[in-house]
Amino acid sequence: MPEFDALQMQMLKEVADLHKIPEGAYNIRSNSAPAGRRSTENIEITSKTDVSGLDIRIKSGTKNESVHIPVIMTKSGLKEVVYNDFYVGEGANVLIVAGCGIDNCGGQDSEHDGVHRFFLEKNASVKYVEKHYGSGNGAGKRILNPVTEVYLDEGATMEMEMVQIKGVDDTERRTIAKLKENAKLVVRERLMTHGNQRAASFYEVDLCGDGASADVVSRAVAKDNSFQKFDAKLIGNAACKGHTECDSIIMDNGKILAVPALEANDVNAALVHEAAIGKIAGEQIVKLMTLGLTEAEAEEQIINGFLR
Amino acid sequence: MLELKGVSFAAGEGNERKEIIKNVDLSVGDGKLVVITGPNGGGKSTLAKLVAGIEKPTSGRIFFGGKDVTDVSVTDRAKSGIAFAFQQPVRFKGLNVLDLIRIAVGEKITAASACEYLSMVGLCARDYINREVNASLSGGELKRIEIATVIARKAKLSVFDEPEAGIDLWSFKNLIEVFKKMRAEIKGGSIIIISHQERILEIADEIIVIKDGEILKQGAKDEIFPTLGAREITLSCKKAENGGEQNA
Repeated sequence: MPEFDALQMQMLKEVADLHKIPEGAYNIRSNSAPAGRRSTENIEITSKTDVSGLDIRIKSGTKNESVHIPVIMTKSGLKEVVYNDFYVGEGANVLIVAGCGIDNCGGQDSEHDGVHRFFLEKNASVKYVEKHYGSGNGAGKRILNPVTEVYLDEGATMEMEMVQIKGVDDTERRTIAKLKENAKLVVRERLMTHGNQRAASFYEVDLCGDGASADVVSRAVAKDNSFQKFDAKLIGNAACKGHTECDSIIMDNGKILAVPALEANDVNAALVHEAAIGKIAGEQIVKLMTLGLTEAEAEEQIINGFLR
Repeated sequence: MLELKGVSFAAGEGNERKEIIKNVDLSVGDGKLVVITGPNGGGKSTLAKLVAGIEKPTSGRIFFGGKDVTDVSVTDRAKSGIAFAFQQPVRFKGLNVLDLIRIAVGEKITAASACEYLSMVGLCARDYINREVNASLSGGELKRIEIATVIARKAKLSVFDEPEAGIDLWSFKNLIEVFKKMRAEIKGGSIIIISHQERILEIADEIIVIKDGEILKQGAKDEIFPTLGAREITLSCKKAENGGEQNA
């Protein structure tokens, strides 16, 4: 059983809610080296031979099992690119928890670029949770550039929860998805930037089969001098339904650019985009102040609720 | 005890500037239930906001519990024991009903304790406690949750701005029970209700009539109530009466 120091345990808690070694299959990567792995009867984790990364194969019909693959970096100056491929068999239903925590107290930049590809067979169902977290007060930046590709076969469902609340200086995330008949994609993104951080999030979702649906919702808060870009494109190539939503709060000198794009190539495609950017409504702060909170406490409650 | 002495309030700039409250003197004694009524646009809601500290008087002083609170912030007035139920409840994306009630109580009470406040306003607590306080709730539901947050504060002075507005399927009778219960539970607590409704006026100790920013009449209920005209009072409509009986 692998052992971790207090800092590593803290990072594991932040990115994967892990307080101890998880149940089920897992692979923990710490400072660019393997730090523990377990495959189960239904979930096989193997290392790639050509590049750095993992192949994760989940047998057809696997139910209610989980895979944790957290990455933690506590040394300054590391830079890595990791390729993880998930093959989810027909009818399987699993929880996949990824996430990366970088603690950088040093002067050099630390960067983790994860490329995750998901191949879901017919009627497979995955709940995917990805948390990004940065800490440490070194001058070196904490950089995360995740790429996620999702391929959903007929009737497959993927629900993605992606959260980045603190401490990541620079991030550019790209998510592409292709959906066949009756496949369903649900994305819930939560992003908060502060200081001089920059975050850009790109989505391109291809709805290729009749009955396919996508719901991509981003809630974002940009504080201080930070900048965020949300760029979501839905492409409807069949009798499908698509909805994207970017709901953002700006504070201080924060800036947000929302770039909605819808492309309908089939007369039966129904696509909707909603975007709203603004500061916290004054009446919300006043209401919480009448309940006894200070202005700062009221703001904190509103932001925490918004990003929940 | 709440006291307003010579309170005036004006809003707008230049030629647009308008006196909304004009030199108002009033006092609300401990344990009293005072209903403020009068025609729309007469300044009732502004007066309530001045008491809560959301608006600051242009001139005059406000005293609460013997202290001058004119320059005291909304937060500190709340902490000193003033609660305020908005006429138009505020919506929040993300905050749920339990969050709001916990903030109102000032501590992390259990969901079960929070449910008691919802039951008081006739909401089935189990269905609402985890609901977001957003546009998915109807106006009537939001209004009842707003009232529940004020009940939860157990404040020395509770101000309700038109609590009956938007309360559709719930009866006035239940709303009146809420006020009676509050009076019984908070010893020496005072309640100010802005309302036109006959049934609410009937439970007042005192009635104040405000028109064009000035106090037109002020006194004991038995003295003022018979003098009220159609502009100051709305008789409870048949539908509400029936609803009240059904829920009784």
